[in-house]
Amino acid sequence: MTIRNVHDCGQRHRPRVACLKKVEALVLEMQDPTSGVKSQTQRLVITTIPHALTGEDVVAWIAKRFNVDAAEGCAIGTMMVAFGYIYPLRDHKRLILKSDASLYRFQTPYFWPAQQWPVEDTDYAIYLAKRNIRKNGVLELHEQEQYNNLHKWLNHKWDFIVMQAKEQYRAGKERKKPDRVVFDCQERAYWVVHRPPPGSVSAMDLGLLRLIDPNQEESETSDYFRRIIIFTEQCIMRPRVKSSVSLGAIVKYITTYKLHDAFLSPVLPSNPWLTDDPAYWDLNSLTIDNPTRMRVERWTFSFGELLSDPRGRDGFRLFLKKEFSSENLAFWEACEAVKWGTASTIHEKAQQIYKTFLARGAPRWINIDGKTMEVTVRGLKHPHRYVLDAAQTHIYMLMKKDKYGRYLKSPVYMDYQRRATDPEAHNFTETQLAQNAKNRRPSLSPIILRQQEEEQQAKLEASGPVDLTQVMSKLDKRNMLKEGQK
Amino acid sequence: MGEMEQLRKEAESLKDQIIVARKGFADTTLQEAVAGTAVVSRVQLKTRKTLRGHLAKIYAMHWGAGLTQCVSASQDGKLIVWDTLSTNKVNAIPLKSSWVMTCAYAPSGNLVACGGLDNMCSIYNLKGKDGNVKVMRELASHTGYLSCCRFVSDSEIITSSGDCTCILWDIETGTEKTIFAGHLGDCMSLGVAPDFKSFISGACDYTAKHWDIRDGNCTHTLSGHESDVNAIGFFPNGNGILTGSDDATCKLYDLRSDQELITYQDATIMCGVTSLAPSLSGRLLLAGYDDFNVNIWDALKAERVGVLAGHDNRVSCIGVSSDGMACCTGSWDSFLKIWN
Repeated sequence: MTIRNVHDCGQRHRPRVACLKKVEALVLEMQDPTSGVKSQTQRLVITTIPHALTGEDVVAWIAKRFNVDAAEGCAIGTMMVAFGYIYPLRDHKRLILKSDASLYRFQTPYFWPAQQWPVEDTDYAIYLAKRNIRKNGVLELHEQEQYNNLHKWLNHKWDFIVMQAKEQYRAGKERKKPDRVVFDCQERAYWVVHRPPPGSVSAMDLGLLRLIDPNQEESETSDYFRRIIIFTEQCIMRPRVKSSVSLGAIVKYITTYKLHDAFLSPVLPSNPWLTDDPAYWDLNSLTIDNPTRMRVERWTFSFGELLSDPRGRDGFRLFLKKEFSSENLAFWEACEAVKWGTASTIHEKAQQIYKTFLARGAPRWINIDGKTMEVTVRGLKHPHRYVLDAAQTHIYMLMKKDKYGRYLKSPVYMDYQRRATDPEAHNFTETQLAQNAKNRRPSLSPIILRQQEEEQQAKLEASGPVDLTQVMSKLDKRNMLKEGQK
Repeated sequence: MGEMEQLRKEAESLKDQIIVARKGFADTTLQEAVAGTAVVSRVQLKTRKTLRGHLAKIYAMHWGAGLTQCVSASQDGKLIVWDTLSTNKVNAIPLKSSWVMTCAYAPSGNLVACGGLDNMCSIYNLKGKDGNVKVMRELASHTGYLSCCRFVSDSEIITSSGDCTCILWDIETGTEKTIFAGHLGDCMSLGVAPDFKSFISGACDYTAKHWDIRDGNCTHTLSGHESDVNAIGFFPNGNGILTGSDDATCKLYDLRSDQELITYQDATIMCGVTSLAPSLSGRLLLAGYDDFNVNIWDALKAERVGVLAGHDNRVSCIGVSSDGMACCTGSWDSFLKIWN
């Protein structure tokens, strides 16, 4: 029975760490004898070990190669040390690149982070056993703990491990002193990368494993090709727009919203994150009477913006009332309620909408073309969430093409612009900022804000729009009275 | 075998036709279109708040629709709802399974969802009686881990999973409404369109797909990456898609012209992208990388205009608040930082 312990973080599925290839290319460049990093010899008591690099040389080389500043060069160098391509000779447990005279050396390719084979616990056990043979008690605390664990669950292989350790120790003794020192350093660095001491951040920590092996080729049956063909044909037939048009739209969008982007332009009166003063949010709250100028300006960007802001809808509603076409907006809002409401209320709401807006002689009858009306009424027999989609789109386009443009020129909108608040920029002193920080209060929960908004909405509906049938019946009564008087 | 060969040839020729069709509509490049736009100066964002409280790696965070509330999920088995301005914890929800990989905040603020290696999406009701937060639903049907979930409304949620599918659920009944299958590798992330009519998903088969929520069909497949697509998001106008991948590049695709517009890459960046978020206007793209930094890209000129360095371990999640005022990053060092 073979026990296969695969702790390779998905390496067997595909080159998991795609950056290793790029770092290897960089390391090879650095090792170039003419254009690479300058190396020097290191003196260790009597032995000299060649090819040592100083941290500052590495940083300088990287900074020159990529044309970046020293801080970024240091960050890139630290990444290479963290992956184990370069290792420090002093302070070997901290895998960072110090840009001073501390010495580093290139790791031999045998010990580079491999993608072909996983890092085996058996090898780690052999390494720890070897160090134990050399000098008992030389293992660190975490290494000792790991050693005990491995002894427990690799017990069935323990004779093999001890034998291998002894062999490697003997082979090591036969090497020349400088080679032995270098090899020991390399091996030690390799294991610091792959079995990091507790509390350090490991670059080999890849998180949770992937599930599917995308390298598995799907078997090429005729069905497979047929699926591809159908999908590709649909893809070709889809209408496309010239890229100049869509690029223009993207650039236009960015330019339009530039002044509203808090990362690019300053915020009036002041950014609450910087000054701890929530005035900006108070002035822009959903239920405020006079919206700020920036907010009023946003309503001109697109019809969608206007409809998504409750204040915007209020103004638009007022305008439509004057034009006697407020049933359009009311219908749109009712459709939204159906789309996003709970499934149990769909049936009831749909019936309500039919009675109020769609039936013949309905009090707030909306003007949609015959075909859409037919499709909608038929769908209402078995209402589902999107049954009013066609009608809603029709009304949306109607409002957008006809009413929206006129609204922006109407006195209602001009009134909003006139009343729009133009907050002055705050100018806090240091002491005031400290005071603000002390007075920081937790903000209202969005649940409460939603409730406030819903209460306002309910109030509005209670004071409701004029019901045309009632008006007509009043006029009729008046006429009848007049007739009666004559 | 003759039939197979014919089909294979037909498939190949159709693929070539698509490339030709796409080229036919590519009458200009992004570089030309933005030649007249001014350059954005260096953007310096500083850490304004550090949210401490998690005890293990933070895997996901999501801003709420309110202006200062966000939820974060960590592998210590806790889902914490923060009031970021005061750094208070509004709710600390203990999870049944600590292997959580994603979390989401409903636009209404009533619900939060999370999921991970338990293959389930758990929905919690924040508006419970006497302040108790309880599990409202457990949506179990995926055969792989849950990599991402996003609310469409209080009654519908979309989840993506390691079993290569995405599912649209009806929360009240706890059943699947639509299964979106088509990816060949683990779906790693998803994003919902600003008009909630469609969504996008990125997967380990190096592609991103755009789906229509109502029909259940995949309308676009966007390829070009050389490694897993880890992060995905809509451009604010709803017509562009931003993707981030393990090959250290981010790409911007356009849906209407079906093209890849631009690649955000730099020779000094070799570590993969874990998460991304566009700023409110779309001019800035903030992307979190494996090398513990967040790079800020100018979306039009494809140049780096800033770096957010402050985390001690990989940046696993990033989000920009709904009014665009602040960005929040969460990292494996168990801290969340608010930048501005």
